[in-house]
This record gives sequence, C-alpha cells and structure tokens, in this order.
Amino acid sequence: MTLWIVLVATAAGCYLLKFAGLAAPRRLLDNAWLRRFATAVPLALLAALIAVEALRGEGQALAWDTARMGGVGAAVAALALRAPFLVVVLAAAAVTAGLRALGL
Amino acid sequence: MKAISLLRSPAVRDSLGVGVAVGAAGLAFGTAAATAGLSPAQAVFTSMFMFTGASQFALIGVVAGGGNLVAGALGALLLGARNTLYGLRLADVLDLRGGLRRALAAHGVIDETTAVALAQPDRASARLAFTTTYVVLGTSWVVTTLVGALATERVSDIGALGLDAVGPAIFLALLWPRLREGGARTWLIAGLGAGLALAATPLLPPGVPVLLAASAALIALVGPEMRVAGPAAAPGAADAKESDNDGEGVRS
Repeated sequence: MTLWIVLVATAAGCYLLKFAGLAAPRRLLDNAWLRRFATAVPLALLAALIAVEALRGEGQALAWDTARMGGVGAAVAALALRAPFLVVVLAAAAVTAGLRALGL
Repeated sequence: MKAISLLRSPAVRDSLGVGVAVGAAGLAFGTAAATAGLSPAQAVFTSMFMFTGASQFALIGVVAGGGNLVAGALGALLLGARNTLYGLRLADVLDLRGGLRRALAAHGVIDETTAVALAQPDRASARLAFTTTYVVLGTSWVVTTLVGALATERVSDIGALGLDAVGPAIFLALLWPRLREGGARTWLIAGLGAGLALAATPLLPPGVPVLLAASAALIALVGPEMRVAGPAAAPGAADAKESDNDGEGVRS
C-alpha cells in the first residue's frame, strides 16, 4: 500500500515537472543560475546511479561483481563504437550472462 | 500510398527507431521492477504515468535495496527535473495552443521525444516527430514493461540473464553524449557525483547517496556557463541529433 502511494505521488510529481516546463513563463530560462544548475544535475545524478548500481552489493555494502562489471565494460565499448541504444543494452546483458555462465 | 510516404519522412522514421530501441529498456524495467517487488500492475502503472525511464529505474533501485522510499521518490523527481528544461525548449518549438493539448503533450516530454523533435528542421515536422515518438515509444514502453514484469515471475534466476547490468548500461547510454561532448568540468561533475554516492552508500540509507550526489552539480555555477549541445541525453536518437544541432539555436 505504501508503495502504491509513493508510485502515485512520484508519478504526479514527474508529470508536474514536465508540465511546468511547457507552461512556464519564458523568463525562467533567462535565469542563468537556475539553468546552469538544472543542466548539470542529470550529469551528477546519472554518474551516481551508474556507480551505485554497478557496485551494488548485499544491503548497503558495495561489492565488485566481475560479470556485471564486464557487462558495464561492454556497454562502454558499444557506446564508444557509437552503437545504437538497443545494442548497448543487449551487449551489457549478454556479456554479463556469458561471464556468469563461465562461473565468474 | 500515404502511409508509405509517411514512413519515409525522417520525423516518423526517427520516432519508430527510437520506439523500438526503447522497447528493450522497457523489458529491462519490467524485469527490474518485478525483481524489486513491484506487482505487474504497479510496474505498468509506473511506466504509463511516471513515464520517464531514468526516474523509474532510480526509484525501483531504491525499492529493491529496501531503502527509504521518500529518498527514492526525491531522487526520481530530481532526475525528472530535466524534463522541465526540455519542456521550456519544446514550448518554443511546438508552440502548443490550448490547455488540453498542452496538458496531454506535457506527459510526453522526455529525453527521446525532445531529442527527435528538436532534430527536425521546421515546426510541422517537429510536431509530427514529437507526436509519433510519444505514441510509438509510450506504447512500446508500457507493453514491454508488462511483458518483462510477467516474464520475471516465471524466470527463477534473473542474475543468469545478466539483467542487473542493464540498469547501469541504460544510465551510461543517457550520460554518454554529455561526457563525449563535455569538457573537463563535465567529467569533474560526473566523477564527483559518482564518488560522493559511492562514499555515502555504506553510511546512508539507499536513495540518499544519489540525492547527495546532486550537490556536485553546484560546480556548474563556477566559471563560464557550460555548453550543452542538443537535448542532453538521447538514447537511440543520437543519430538524429547529430545530423542537426539547431535545437540549441531554438533555445537562445
């Protein structure tokens, strides 16, 4: 039940954030500080998410999982080769599954 | 004939490509959501109404870790805040009139729709591209989420499929264009964000470390303004984006 409340509230919040952009007064974009910070926030958040998810262990511990890191490495390689999004995702899953099947 | 000429239009072609690519991510989301303990209904609800991939993955990451749900929701909202910026730019490009139309369009303001719409040469194609991407991607995202969620209940060992690497890979694909085009400060913000989150992970409840990482963005307030080409992150739409960077001109 709590989970439903969180899902509904977050969905509503995400919608309002989108709507705010479409409906906002134009001068908001002219606020340099707001624009600078907002442009940089996804950089920091995405990098944090990559690190935390890649090194996720049991509970709050960090852990090195060779198979998973191999998959992340495959994603980096695919991106460097300018592969499409689909290939990047499949490469990560396939390499991780492959390494795990090999017992890593 | 009309259908064929429509399919040939770059606006529609881009949208279809992005829609198909995102379907794979939808499968991954459905799987991750089910693994985190969401019911198929909750997973589909999330894809249908939250409808912004990175936020969804961030939130269920916290749910999976048994973390603080409020921190998870805040993290999802912070990530979703970039859609506000997209909306500011799309408002100019699409020039939507009428409250209902704007309210409906708002739901579709995400990385991919923005990327495809801003890559178009004129307003008519931008509107067509936005609408097609919104519809194709939205449908594929919801359907594949359901398939992923249902399939997970029947698969015993998710780890064997390597799906735990999909989350980081998706975030990486979203971040990549910024890293490739950005300078030292872009890398510094990303590196500091990752470092802060990792350092805080053993100490703070899941979800909070990622929130804390947002403070790394304060570096952007120092020195000259950072240049961002195109609508920041655009999985699958990178090609469309690179062929036309005029989106930047639209904003300024």
